[in-house]
Amino acid sequence: MNDSLDAAIQDGAVVGEFVTDPLLQLRKVNVSFSGRVAVRDVSFDVAPNKITALIGPSGSGKTTILRSLNRLHDLTKGAKVEGDLLLGGVDIYKGGIATMLLRSRIGMVFQRPNPFPTLSIYDNVVSGLRFNGIRKKSLLDEAAESALISAALWDSVSSRMKAHASTLSGGEQQRLCIARALAVEPEILLMDEPTSSLDPVSTQRIEELMTELKNRVTMIIVTHNMQQAARVSDNCAFLLMAEDRAGELIEFAPTSKIFHDPSDPRTVDYVNGRFG
Amino acid sequence: MSDLLNTLPPDPIYDRREKIRAITAKTLRRRTRLSQLFVGAISTTLVIALVPLVLVLYTIVQRGGSDLTLAFVTKLPQVPTIGQQNAIGGIGNAIVGTLIVAAMAAAMAIPLSLILGLYLVEMNTRLARIFRGGVEILSGIPSILLGVFAYIFIVIPQHHFSAFAASVALALLMTPVITKAVETAIRGVPDAVTEAGLALGARRSVVARRVVLPAARPGIITGTLLALARAMGETAPLLLIIGATDSSTWDLNPFHSMSALPTLTYFYSNSSFPSQHRAAWGVALVLVVLVLILNVTSRLISARLSRRAQA
Amino acid sequence: MNQSTKSLLSRRNASDSPRAKGARGESDRFYVWTLRGFAALFSAILLEFVYSIVHQSWPAWTHEGLTLLTGTTWNPANSVYGGLPLILDTVISTLVALLFAVPVGLGTALVLNFVLPRRLQTITASMVELLAAIPSVVYGLWGLYVLVPWMSTTIQPWLGRLSGGAWPFSGDPLGAGIMLASTVLAVMILPTIVAISRDVIAALPKDLNEGALSLGASRSQVLRKVILPSAKSGILGAISLGAGRALGETVAVLMVIGGNAQMPRSLFSVGATLASTIATEYTEASPGNVAALGALAVILMVLTAAVNAFARRLVRRTGALSS
Ligand SMILES: Nc1ncnc2c1ncn2[C@@H]1O[C@H](COP(=O)(O)OP(=O)(O)O)[C@@H](O)[C@H]1O
Ligand SMILES: [Mg+2]
Repeated sequence: MNDSLDAAIQDGAVVGEFVTDPLLQLRKVNVSFSGRVAVRDVSFDVAPNKITALIGPSGSGKTTILRSLNRLHDLTKGAKVEGDLLLGGVDIYKGGIATMLLRSRIGMVFQRPNPFPTLSIYDNVVSGLRFNGIRKKSLLDEAAESALISAALWDSVSSRMKAHASTLSGGEQQRLCIARALAVEPEILLMDEPTSSLDPVSTQRIEELMTELKNRVTMIIVTHNMQQAARVSDNCAFLLMAEDRAGELIEFAPTSKIFHDPSDPRTVDYVNGRFG
Repeated sequence: MSDLLNTLPPDPIYDRREKIRAITAKTLRRRTRLSQLFVGAISTTLVIALVPLVLVLYTIVQRGGSDLTLAFVTKLPQVPTIGQQNAIGGIGNAIVGTLIVAAMAAAMAIPLSLILGLYLVEMNTRLARIFRGGVEILSGIPSILLGVFAYIFIVIPQHHFSAFAASVALALLMTPVITKAVETAIRGVPDAVTEAGLALGARRSVVARRVVLPAARPGIITGTLLALARAMGETAPLLLIIGATDSSTWDLNPFHSMSALPTLTYFYSNSSFPSQHRAAWGVALVLVVLVLILNVTSRLISARLSRRAQA
Repeated sequence: MNQSTKSLLSRRNASDSPRAKGARGESDRFYVWTLRGFAALFSAILLEFVYSIVHQSWPAWTHEGLTLLTGTTWNPANSVYGGLPLILDTVISTLVALLFAVPVGLGTALVLNFVLPRRLQTITASMVELLAAIPSVVYGLWGLYVLVPWMSTTIQPWLGRLSGGAWPFSGDPLGAGIMLASTVLAVMILPTIVAISRDVIAALPKDLNEGALSLGASRSQVLRKVILPSAKSGILGAISLGAGRALGETVAVLMVIGGNAQMPRSLFSVGATLASTIATEYTEASPGNVAALGALAVILMVLTAAVNAFARRLVRRTGALSS
């Protein structure tokens, strides 16, 4: 592991030297689909209890990186993830962590709200816990309440927990999905453009929420929206497609540096809206 | 770092996380095993689903394969007698009969379905929606009832069984299927194609005939072949209206009764002559081959179609 | 599949010159009336279909009344027209067929969508669908000569021993009968159930699967707790479509059910369904019997139309109706 770390640093790949005690480390991560490289040699560190944003134009591999972190590519035939992805020093793929356990430690919120349509609000929130074998009512109730409070949904739904999830608005559904993910108490929460299908008011609520959630969970967020990345994130990874359409990490730095003093001219162009 | 941790108040969230992780880890084995069992069980159901297909096809080929001679498919049937217990002759007239009935049914159903399909696409009225409902209901009506209808409507007035009556029943069976295929295929024609025709100032009827229907042709052919395959294998309505399951002549007048493969299979399977029991498998094999040819052709066309759509 | 945009008639087109319009308007009207005319003609045929069957049965309804539905003896030779045994055999053979076909069909649909690699999916699905291509008389033949001996010498004696001859496995192991009819029907409706529920499941958002997995669910938990419940109404529709087919299936049932109209006593009983009775007795019936058989046809028509309408409603709601 240290070998590859050294190698990555020697190669000049961008690693988060400014991140102390990283929770998650990516070292020369490559993802390919049926031989076609979609993400190449990406290395960076994820700081605990911080928000790390992945930005870059569409197709630059942001979603692909995110999905490699909870092994969702396992579902895609022909998908291959190489390199080291270390969670607390243990490799996600090669370290012998059971995939189901990994996914309960690294939760995910999707682009479009995807509550389970046949379940009530309460059953949605505790669904992850039930999947994981938790039956005790007191524990379920406690976790549901805490997750809903954290997702700023408790006040509006506590009186109608039995109602169908589909009775909620789009923004509420997305917060329900956040609560559902939080209820399992993951260490990391992956969010793939969580506000892209929401109106500005709902978007703002979720952005506020994220800042408050930091003491509870470490977040990695993919976003298209530069202002959003600037507003909510602490560290920022900027990706771009290479000639062969493979996504590469151009720069990884604290968000303020990315937006005010980037070192790569391509980052300058992107954050100033000059391409992408 | 550890100093920092010590100064923080005890956090219920970390407590809970510990608890949850402990249970998760404890139940992992059981859940994994259960999941494997379930996946194993549903995989078994797939195997079970394929067993009858293999068994049926195997049995037909095994028991009917030896019948497949030139004489069998071209000659007329020969009724077994005391002297010639094993005489069976051929099934030439039943093959031709089935083809004739199917052709007549197709000749009625295809043009009608083209027009009805166009009607369903062109008209967006309440009446058209009700009509669509009627066509759908018809597609779920048991074929024996279409046989009853053809009997009342054609056989009784004409006072005799006929291939024509059979083809009317089969046409009614095919029409909803083909109409649906036509409608789906036309809706799949890109707007640009239709608009190009209209922009040239052509009449709607001309655009429909010269542009839309040809563009929808592959989908229409697929649906038609499937409907035809289904109609060819239909037995129930024919039992009531085609008569002459034991005909051994070359009478091909469509207004007379006629021999056909499905009814002959049924008749032979019920026969009191062992040789005819055995021959039932041969007839069934010929029928299945005909039906599968149509079916597989249709599948190949639609596979090519979807491949082209993806490209 | 936007229904409203494709109509040629609803299009305004810019190149309409006033002069061309006259002739073309004329021709377009002709086109429209041709379409309407044929739709009307076909509607008339459909109405005539319903009318002639109901009309033919009329004397039986006025004469026999509810006996046609509730009478327990069907004996046309003595002018006794109780339809209940036929209705019961029809419904029971269908329900038992569903008992076999539903678990197998749903399991297969799940495997096709979630377990098999993509390349095998299409070919396997086509093979299952080929089951629907085989003519019913061939199933009947197979049932009669392959399954009847197997049922009577192996399966039914075994079931009888296992249950101690208790209901519903009581009676002589004849082979032919309700149980065999159900078995053959199960095979015949399997492709319907698989094809439709496969479409219904495939039409579910992919996010549901990934959402559940991302919470740490196992594969079977995703399928049992999320996928199947979400596809519930479409699956119910698929099952109903299969049931509609089974209720009206004629020749295959006729060949294996034993052809004896009597109140069913067990699964081993021989019997006769509405459809099989029409098929065997119709062409040789006396005028009085024809009306009673017509009444059976009406009962069958109402039964299948209701089941099908229900099924299509459910499946259409899921947006997956393809066949
Ligand atoms: N399942 C997949 N199969 C094949 N190619 C994929 C798949 N998922 C993503 N890709 C490819 O990976 C590249 C990056 O996609 P993605 O990660 O979705 O980009 P972003 O999220 O930055 O817009 C794209 O070129 C896309 O074609
Ligand atoms: Mg993306």
